[in-house]
Amino acid sequence: MIHAKGLARTFKTRSGTVEAVRGVDFDVEPGELVGFLGPNGAGKTTTLRMLTTLLQPTSGSATVAGHDLASDPISVRRSIGYVGQGGSSTPELIVGEELALQGRFYGLSNAEAQQRGGELAAALDLAGLDKRKFGTLSGGQKRRLDIAMGLIHSPQLVFLDEPTTGLDPQSRANLWNHIRSLNADHGMTVFLTTHYLEEADALCDRLLVIDKGQIVAEGSPDELKRQVSGDSVELSVHGGAEGAERAVSVAKRLDGAHEFTVDGESVRFRVPRGDEALPTLLRNLDAEGISLASVGVHRPTLDDVFLAMTGRSLRDAEEGA
Amino acid sequence: MRVFHDTWLIYVRSMRQSLRNPVWVFIGLLQPVLYLFLFGPLTKLFVQSDPAYAGKPWQTMFVPGILLQLGLFVFMGVGFGLIAEYRAGVIERMRVSPVSRAALLLGRVGRDVTLLTVQAAILVLFGYLGGMDAPVGGMLLGMLVLVVLCTGMAAIGYAMGLTLKSEDALAPLANTLLVPVLLLSGIMLPMNAGPGWLQTIAKFNPFSWIVTAERRLFLGDFSSSSTITGILWALVIAALGVYLGTRTFQRENA
Repeated sequence: MIHAKGLARTFKTRSGTVEAVRGVDFDVEPGELVGFLGPNGAGKTTTLRMLTTLLQPTSGSATVAGHDLASDPISVRRSIGYVGQGGSSTPELIVGEELALQGRFYGLSNAEAQQRGGELAAALDLAGLDKRKFGTLSGGQKRRLDIAMGLIHSPQLVFLDEPTTGLDPQSRANLWNHIRSLNADHGMTVFLTTHYLEEADALCDRLLVIDKGQIVAEGSPDELKRQVSGDSVELSVHGGAEGAERAVSVAKRLDGAHEFTVDGESVRFRVPRGDEALPTLLRNLDAEGISLASVGVHRPTLDDVFLAMTGRSLRDAEEGA
Repeated sequence: MRVFHDTWLIYVRSMRQSLRNPVWVFIGLLQPVLYLFLFGPLTKLFVQSDPAYAGKPWQTMFVPGILLQLGLFVFMGVGFGLIAEYRAGVIERMRVSPVSRAALLLGRVGRDVTLLTVQAAILVLFGYLGGMDAPVGGMLLGMLVLVVLCTGMAAIGYAMGLTLKSEDALAPLANTLLVPVLLLSGIMLPMNAGPGWLQTIAKFNPFSWIVTAERRLFLGDFSSSSTITGILWALVIAALGVYLGTRTFQRENA
C-alpha cells in the first residue's frame, strides 16, 4: 500500500538548512494498522505530508496506493484519505453540507455524497448532527467529523495525523475503537502518527519509531518491547545495604540477568522473561534466608524501547523538542 | 471540465460561509450607502467646478468612484477570511483532495464578485434615485470593469493571505499598500482638482486610470483613450491577480 524509499526533506530557514526527514525506507501492506511513533519534531508530520502530496520530497521516492507520488500525485489524492492535525471545517458551516460537499470534491454525485455522508455519520456516532453548525460540536464530535470527511470517498488507505491530540481520555478511547473498526471491519489500511505511547501500544499492529528524521526501530509493539533486553524486576529487601548485596548475588545466578542497580534496600535488574524467572528467584532468596518486603515484575514499555534506541526517553525528547 | 465543476463547489461553499454571517452581509451592504449619503454631498462643489459635469448632479461623479473603492477594498477582507480557513485546516483538506487548484481560488473569487455586485447594484440604485445622470450602457460597462478589478484584487488578497498566513503581518502590509493607492487614485475627489505635481504622481498609479475610465463610462464615453487605458489596466490587474493566486494555491506549504 505504501512503499517509501529514501524519502527525505530538508527545509531552508534563516539559521540554515534543517533536515526534517533524513531518508526513510518502509513498506506498509494492505490491511495493516501502522503507527508512526516519535516525539514532536521527529519528522512524522513532514513524512505524512510528503506521502499525501502536500509536500514535495527533497529526495527519494514513494508509491502510495499503487501510484507514484512524483509522477501521478492526482491519482494518489483520489485514492487516499487524509485527516490533518488542524481540523477540517469552519464554525459557521453546517455539518451535513460540509460532508456532502467533501464527497463532491471526489467526484461523487450529490445523491451519492449524501448517502455516503449519512452512512459515515451513522458509523462514527454523528447521526442527527447533520443540521448543526460545525462550531457547536464537541471536540470528539469534531474529530470524528474530520475523519468522516477523510473517508467520504471510501479510500483504501487513510492517513491520520495525531488523531487524538487534544481529546479527553474518554473521547480518545472512543476514537480508538472507531479506528480499529475501520481497519478490522472495513479492511482499510490505516497509517497514523502519534506521540502518545499508550496510543501506539493499544492501537497499532506495527510501529515505525522515528527520531530526528530517521526510523530507529520497526516492529509490532510486542516485538519492539522484546528487543529491549527483557523485563525489569524490582525487589525490596529487609536487612539494609547488606541484604541488598546478598539479594544481588542470588539474582545474578539467574540466566541472562543484567543491568543491576541498587538503591538502599531496593534492587533492580533485567531478565529476559521476568514471569518465568520469579519462582526460581523467590526459592533461592528464601533458601539464603533473605526476607523480601515486596517484589514486582514490569514488562518493558515503548518508552523503554525509545530509550534503548535513542538514549533518551520519549518524554525527555518531547521536552527538548 | 473539472475546473468549472470544482469552482462551482468551492463557490457554493464560500457563499454559504458568507451568508451565514448575516451581520457582515448587512454591514457590507450598508457601508457604501453611508458613504453615498454622509460623504457624497460634500463633493458637490468640486463637481460643479468641473465642466465635464456641467448640469449633472454630484452622484454622477461620486458613485463610480465609490464603486471602485469597493473593488479596491475587497483585497483586504478576503486575505483575513482565508487565513481563518487556513488555521481551521480547510485549505489543507482541500489540497489533499483532487480539487483543481485554480478552483480553490476562482470559487472564492466568484463569491467576492457576487457580493460586490450586489453592493454595487444597491449603490447604483440609490445613485439613480438621487438623480445620477448616467447612461445605462455606460453604467453596465462600468460594472463590468468593477467586476474585472474585483477579480484581480480578490485574487491578490488571497495570494497575500496564503503567503503570509498571519493577520498580524497582513494588516500592516495591506494598509501600507492601500492607503497611497487610494489617495492617489482620485476615488474620493477627482485628481484634476489638485495641484499639477499631484496629478503627475497619480499618472503612475494604475488605479487612477481605472477610476478615470469608470467616470468616463458613467458619462457615456466608451472610446476615448483614457477610458480604454483604464479598462486595460483593470484587465492587467485581473490577469496578474489570477496568475499569482493560482500559483499560491498550487505551491507546496500553502
